[in-house]
Amino acid sequence: MTTQTAALPGGTAGAGRPDRAWPCEGPLVLGVRHHGPGSARAVLAALDAAEPRAVLVEGPPEGNALLPLAADEGMVPPVALLAHAVDDPGRAAFWPFAEFSPEWVAIRWALARDVAVRFIDLPAAHSLAAAADPSWGDEEDVADDGEPALRVDPIGVLAEAAGYDDPERWWEDVMEHRRGTEATDRAGPVDGAFAPFAAVGEAMAALRERYGHGGHAHDLVREAHMRIQLRAARREFGEEVAVVCGAWHVPALTARSTATADRALLKGLPKVRTETTWVPWTHRRLARLGAPGRGYGAGIESPGWYAHLFSAPDRPVERWMTKVAGLLRDEDRAVSSAHVIEAVRLAVTLAAVRGRPLAGLGETTDAIRAVMCDGSDVPLALVRDRLTVGDVLGEVPDTAPAVPLQRDLARLQRGLRLKPDPLERELELDLRKDTDAARSRLLHRLRILGVGWGSPESGRGSTGTFRETWRLRWEPELYVRVAEAGVWGTTVPTAATAKAESQAVSATALADVTSLAERCLLAELPDALPVVMRALADRAALDADVGHLAEALPALARSLRYGDVRATDTAALGEVAAGLAERVCVGLPPACAGLDADAAAAMRDRLDGVHSAIGLLPQAEELGGRWADVLRRIVLRDAVPGLIRGRAARLLLDDGRLAEGEAARLMGLALSPGTPPAGAAAWIEGFVGGASGGGMLLVHDERLLGLVDAWLTSVPADAFTDVLPLLRRTFSAYEPGVRRTLGELARRGPAAGGPVRAETGVPGFGSGLDEQRADAVLSVLRVILQEERV
Amino acid sequence: MTVTATGADIGSEALRPHAEDAFADELAALAAADDRPRPARWRLSPWAVATYLLGGTLPGGTLITPKYVGPRRIVEVAVTTLATDRALLLLGVPGTAKTWVSEHLAAAVSGDSTLLVQGTAGTPEEAIRYGWDYAQLLSRGPSRDALVPSPVMRAMAEGATARVEELTRVPADVQDTLITILSEKTLPIPELGEEVQAVRGFNLIATANDRDRGVNDLSSALRRRFNTVVLPLPATAEAEVDIVSRRVDQLGRSLDLPAAPEGIEEIRRVVTVFRELRDGVTSDGRTKLKSPSGTLSTAEAISVVTNGLALAAHFGDGVLRSGDVAAGILGAVVRDPAADRVVWQEYLETVVRERDGWKDFYRACREVSA
Repeated sequence: MTTQTAALPGGTAGAGRPDRAWPCEGPLVLGVRHHGPGSARAVLAALDAAEPRAVLVEGPPEGNALLPLAADEGMVPPVALLAHAVDDPGRAAFWPFAEFSPEWVAIRWALARDVAVRFIDLPAAHSLAAAADPSWGDEEDVADDGEPALRVDPIGVLAEAAGYDDPERWWEDVMEHRRGTEATDRAGPVDGAFAPFAAVGEAMAALRERYGHGGHAHDLVREAHMRIQLRAARREFGEEVAVVCGAWHVPALTARSTATADRALLKGLPKVRTETTWVPWTHRRLARLGAPGRGYGAGIESPGWYAHLFSAPDRPVERWMTKVAGLLRDEDRAVSSAHVIEAVRLAVTLAAVRGRPLAGLGETTDAIRAVMCDGSDVPLALVRDRLTVGDVLGEVPDTAPAVPLQRDLARLQRGLRLKPDPLERELELDLRKDTDAARSRLLHRLRILGVGWGSPESGRGSTGTFRETWRLRWEPELYVRVAEAGVWGTTVPTAATAKAESQAVSATALADVTSLAERCLLAELPDALPVVMRALADRAALDADVGHLAEALPALARSLRYGDVRATDTAALGEVAAGLAERVCVGLPPACAGLDADAAAAMRDRLDGVHSAIGLLPQAEELGGRWADVLRRIVLRDAVPGLIRGRAARLLLDDGRLAEGEAARLMGLALSPGTPPAGAAAWIEGFVGGASGGGMLLVHDERLLGLVDAWLTSVPADAFTDVLPLLRRTFSAYEPGVRRTLGELARRGPAAGGPVRAETGVPGFGSGLDEQRADAVLSVLRVILQEERV
Repeated sequence: MTVTATGADIGSEALRPHAEDAFADELAALAAADDRPRPARWRLSPWAVATYLLGGTLPGGTLITPKYVGPRRIVEVAVTTLATDRALLLLGVPGTAKTWVSEHLAAAVSGDSTLLVQGTAGTPEEAIRYGWDYAQLLSRGPSRDALVPSPVMRAMAEGATARVEELTRVPADVQDTLITILSEKTLPIPELGEEVQAVRGFNLIATANDRDRGVNDLSSALRRRFNTVVLPLPATAEAEVDIVSRRVDQLGRSLDLPAAPEGIEEIRRVVTVFRELRDGVTSDGRTKLKSPSGTLSTAEAISVVTNGLALAAHFGDGVLRSGDVAAGILGAVVRDPAADRVVWQEYLETVVRERDGWKDFYRACREVSA
């Protein structure tokens, strides 16, 4: 992406013409569509032509003190004016400005010429005091009348009258695609510059006459305030005042009304103490902010396209296609200049067939798809993401006031008695205590926000899940991190939630999402969980590598346990985990076949991980049955390496899911002379290897030991050296006591295995009951089971 | 007079009349009402062509039936492509009305949809350029009289729309003869030292199947001459169920299969399974799925249901049940025995098992999948 410059194209060099006549009676009201590049262009032309002595802009007057910062060199749009309640940073509203926003253009125009500029909308102190959250435009009335469906979409009504089915497209054709056409040039620069605003004003007047406030009841109050401010400005500057506001408000500002009536409307409004600042904004957030088709107040679908329309000096379609071709070439698609030519021709002709004055985003997108992308939507998604929306990130100068997130953090730090200390120290938290749990939450949330104040240490001694150990150190640059994180929200929880959600959506690897889910649970962000869970389920469904799934499962099961400790609702997580387990069950058997030694060892570890994870899931009973079926299938498949088969048999045995004698039969099969010795040794390693207590198994089940012993003695001499390392790896991991006992048993010889089979009882144990020893245990059991019936 | 009368009679009795004959009234009404500019040798303006395909009501009250039910955008891009004098490539899986759209486009633009080359693995160069009448050639030597023009050559000479069906089935070297025709708009005849230059109004519509294996992919040089429009599968499940049941009904009648009144539930199920696997997401949009390697087109859904009907009629009680379609679905979904089987099992266990009223279907599928 090229960096967006703040230069204002179009004739800004309006040389001083002091004898210029003011173009209208009373103030010049310029009705715009928020974030409309055509509106911005038209505003610029009108301001150049009229040269007002003051510019009034729709926006909260609290921002007036911050207006000079808009001309600062360090200020790069998109940025947003942020107002928030002092004692509740969560109550906040943003007024975003892009480079192509008409309001921004007007502000910059005025600042560049030392013309007075002011915000005139209802103060945020009032609008924030109303419970609803007013963003730029008319969204705040939803709560007022509760029936948003009845609200009039002014642009929609006009578009319908003009025979357009899509209001956005109509506005684009009429306003946004306007350039200095010959017709307007001939009409004279002055009339030409004001003609569109006159037309929009008339249209809106007709609409307001018909629909009144059209469901935007709150607007009447705002407009009253605007009129009061307008009167004040006229007393101060005379008639030569320009107003830039949403087109909808134009009739209200030009209508006659008395100051007394306006003041009456404003009486008794609730009020809160507010603070304002500038925060950096992004094109993506511009695109995300509102629902499409919601009048002109809400977000816009294609900020990148609008920025292009605004900044391209001429031939917007040609330049756009060239940009797209450049992007596609960078992604290694063969796109030649011939493609660009044909795409432009198609787009322009398509516009003609559709009866539009100029190719818009729809036409260019269709043309790009047909000519450059071979009809496919896949590369088109890239174009949409990188260009149509765009990656632009705004900047705010350091002199802007602190972001509310910093205040919220300071408040939390005071409340939890956690001082930001540059000296490193260790902090032990007991999550069963409320304060400690809150501290842990705060630290985890800050980690999600990229503010690395604390880092978790593995706890000393205690391994309980209710204990956490942190290493804390507050570095000065963390203030910068907090300021950066201010983009995400105004309070620590909301910002962390927003960031977690964004990360979940953009994560590509399954493991990233699982660890994110874990962190969300630790940080207790229940609002982010649904999004993360959805992303997790999606990634899991699409991940073709069952290994990834198997590795993700233990982390999820762990997360479920955290959830228990912290009493969060983990039903959704449990569901996702169960789904993941299902997929693992389906995909694992084929994935186990045909592996080399290293891959088999990795797969054995996954098998263990999944096995213990499934035991922890809420649906353990049902899933356990399915999992056992899977293990049985693995055990019996010859294509699966011995290591994995052995381990699967062992897991079944431990769960008591192997019928009596079945383990011995399986071992006999695996160790039969037909199997290559290396494979058999691997089976043994899988079955009794590692620190899984396999040695004890052999000690207690002499039948199994006998089988191993018999096999070992039958290994041919030349193969013995091959299997020796494997066997050593298996048996050397045993505890010395176990090794010694095994040695003694082996010295006693295989004859000892014989009589065991004849006895009844649990395999590996002697028959009958040793009454004396059983009685000795009984009293201890009573204590453990709290005197219940034993 | 008699000759033309006979011709018309045969036309009306033809098993399937050409688009320009079947919809002659609509085309005439459109031409009469059409006052927008027309490109050279076009019978209608681009706008009227789009209306002809998408349907609408003319100012005079004439109703134009929709020929293609699908996104308006697609038809507009296709028509505009032809108007900008670029060749049009219609891509899509089988059963997405590629041929149907190309025929109607040619009929509306040039009034003639018969300049058609059917692409096959054995399509020779002569089918696209020209051939020779060997009797003439031997008796009189090479001359224009001995030349047998291809449909493409005739379209060039007349300024009409030529059609090439299944372009990707045509061998690569034969495909490439189109490059000169599309870029230079001329067809040299070296034997006579002449050439045929395309008259304004000439254009070419090709159709190709983008999911089949073993096709001859277009060279990038040729591809560059085309604007590509992908015809999508039916947008909603209802539309697809409608297409499938109507088609199954037609097929069933010609095969003398008994109509199955309860069949619609099973058809809906087949369509749902196909759509979900194809789109990689469940119909409620809440769960993502892996997609198998097969195309799972509407055409395949139709064949699964017809098969199931035949099974039910000849070996069952005449009512289409889950068991009758399960095997067919399995065959359509599992093309690659390893990867697709995992996809199918996952789908069965994570989606089908949980669904209300799908118990029988789940059991039937488990039975055939085991």
